[in-house]
Amino acid sequence: MARTRTGTTIARHDDALVRAGRALRIVLLIALAALFLIPFYLLLRNGLATEQDITSPQWTFFPSDLQWSNIRELFDDPAVPMARSLLNSALIAVATTLGTVLLASLAGYGLARIPYRHANKVFYGILGTLMVPAAVTFVPSFVLVSTLGWISTLRGLIIPTLFSAFACFIFRQYFLGFPQELEDAAKVDGLGYWRTYWRIVVPNSRPVFAAVGTIVFIGAWNAFLWPLVIGQDKSAWTVQVALSTFTTAQVVNIHELFIAAAVSILPLLLVFLLLQRHIVAGVERSGIDD
Amino acid sequence: MRHRTLWFWIFVGPFAAGLALFTYVPLAWSLYLSFFDAHNTVSPTHFIGFDNYASMLRDGAFTDSLWTFTVFSLFIVPATYALSLALALMVNRLRAAQAFFRSVFFLPAACSYVVAALVWKLSIFNGVRFGLANTVLGWFGSDQTAWLSTTHPPWYWLVIVTLRLWLQAGFYMVLFLAGLQRISPQLYEAAAVDGARPGWQVFRHITFPQLRATSVAVVLLLVINAFQAFDEFYNLLSDARGYPPYARPPLVYLYYTALGQGQNLGLGSAGAVILALIIAVVTIVQARWFGLGRRED
Repeated sequence: MARTRTGTTIARHDDALVRAGRALRIVLLIALAALFLIPFYLLLRNGLATEQDITSPQWTFFPSDLQWSNIRELFDDPAVPMARSLLNSALIAVATTLGTVLLASLAGYGLARIPYRHANKVFYGILGTLMVPAAVTFVPSFVLVSTLGWISTLRGLIIPTLFSAFACFIFRQYFLGFPQELEDAAKVDGLGYWRTYWRIVVPNSRPVFAAVGTIVFIGAWNAFLWPLVIGQDKSAWTVQVALSTFTTAQVVNIHELFIAAAVSILPLLLVFLLLQRHIVAGVERSGIDD
Repeated sequence: MRHRTLWFWIFVGPFAAGLALFTYVPLAWSLYLSFFDAHNTVSPTHFIGFDNYASMLRDGAFTDSLWTFTVFSLFIVPATYALSLALALMVNRLRAAQAFFRSVFFLPAACSYVVAALVWKLSIFNGVRFGLANTVLGWFGSDQTAWLSTTHPPWYWLVIVTLRLWLQAGFYMVLFLAGLQRISPQLYEAAAVDGARPGWQVFRHITFPQLRATSVAVVLLLVINAFQAFDEFYNLLSDARGYPPYARPPLVYLYYTALGQGQNLGLGSAGAVILALIIAVVTIVQARWFGLGRRED
């Protein structure tokens, strides 16, 4: 409601304008939402269509026939290790998430709550690596991993990615604000740092664990450059690398490619829809916008 | 005292050691390798000083890749900034269905660049005959366009930019939404009392200035992310025949230099060091420019 001193006629005129503006905004939002959803629809459409439907010069919104057998065909194709790639991705994403959350939360807690003379120096040493874009170090990291003999191994795909300065930073910020009274109570009960951490701090900090965990999980599942560089052997492909070798190959079984892509985003869509609140909270709480 | 120090390192030690091994060691190694002739080897013996740097800077393909990045960020940073801010403003005012629209715009963040590249390359912007873009243009009687291989005009940019826009706008929208929710309602009330018209005036004098901290963070993140562009370029443009000579951002170029046929790790490392320096300078200049770190307001 516009507050003007110029009388009811103009105020009513303003109201009409405001209402028109609101209607316009909603129409625009619906149009944008439709645009944002189209790629998901195309993924599903092409994945379940027949080869003819996809490559027909007469493009149609709905495929003429849904081919659910495409899914079985994908997993039966001996040329693409789809099941293996999905398993690799799942193992890597779960291990990376658990490892990162454990290591970063311990470090974040230590930095926030255990008094130590050089704690700040250590913290800046960790923070400094945030300035180094991980992608820029991929050449020497590749060199290091190949020296360790970890090329095409799950170790090589998981271990180097476990040390996220970003996750550590978020945990530290969170633990700095953790209620001191709870910890004092633990101290009175005779708990040391270790047991205080596991019995008091972790159970009372579930939201931040969930938020960091989902963000790390998404990043690990979608990672491409590192798995491409390290997972050279077919047996170490992640689902992203498998898809990529599809798209860059000369001959492609196109509906298989699309159904593979659809299958590959399914786990994340589930995570997203189930944990959206935590993800949004995690992004908001990440501290990057001060 | 001792006891506390010990516990500190029990908590922080494993993480710090891993970080040192997998970030500081590669950095140092990169610096070392960049001064050697290191073809196919990680323990080179032939010291060549700054030769790798010289040849990298003289290499037209490398400097082109820096240009590619510059052009790319000139498109993607303002476009993402404007779209995500607009989305946040529209979603924030909704009373009903706010969660629905937020989810829809945020959902692409669950998609990988690989998958998005596949949809963009083989479905929406497919140049052959069955692409969505060509179908829609066909309704208006337009000719078919080979989107990814047309360099005059450079249609491939449209494909690359729309992909990233779709994938990341929702994420930055969430940051803006968080920023919007922190603005005190009293400011808006005061503006209304002062006779500011809702809409542009309020946005210009209240909302936008109050979002300053968020804006700075968003622009910084956008530039850093643009610098690291690899996934969609690689997946959109490379095929069995290789990578076309255009639209090669620095990381794609380094990937082919260091890990491609020649495996020239020394040259690749020099490129990485140059890139790291450029990123550092850009970040610092930008931070200074925006007055980041200064306590104010």
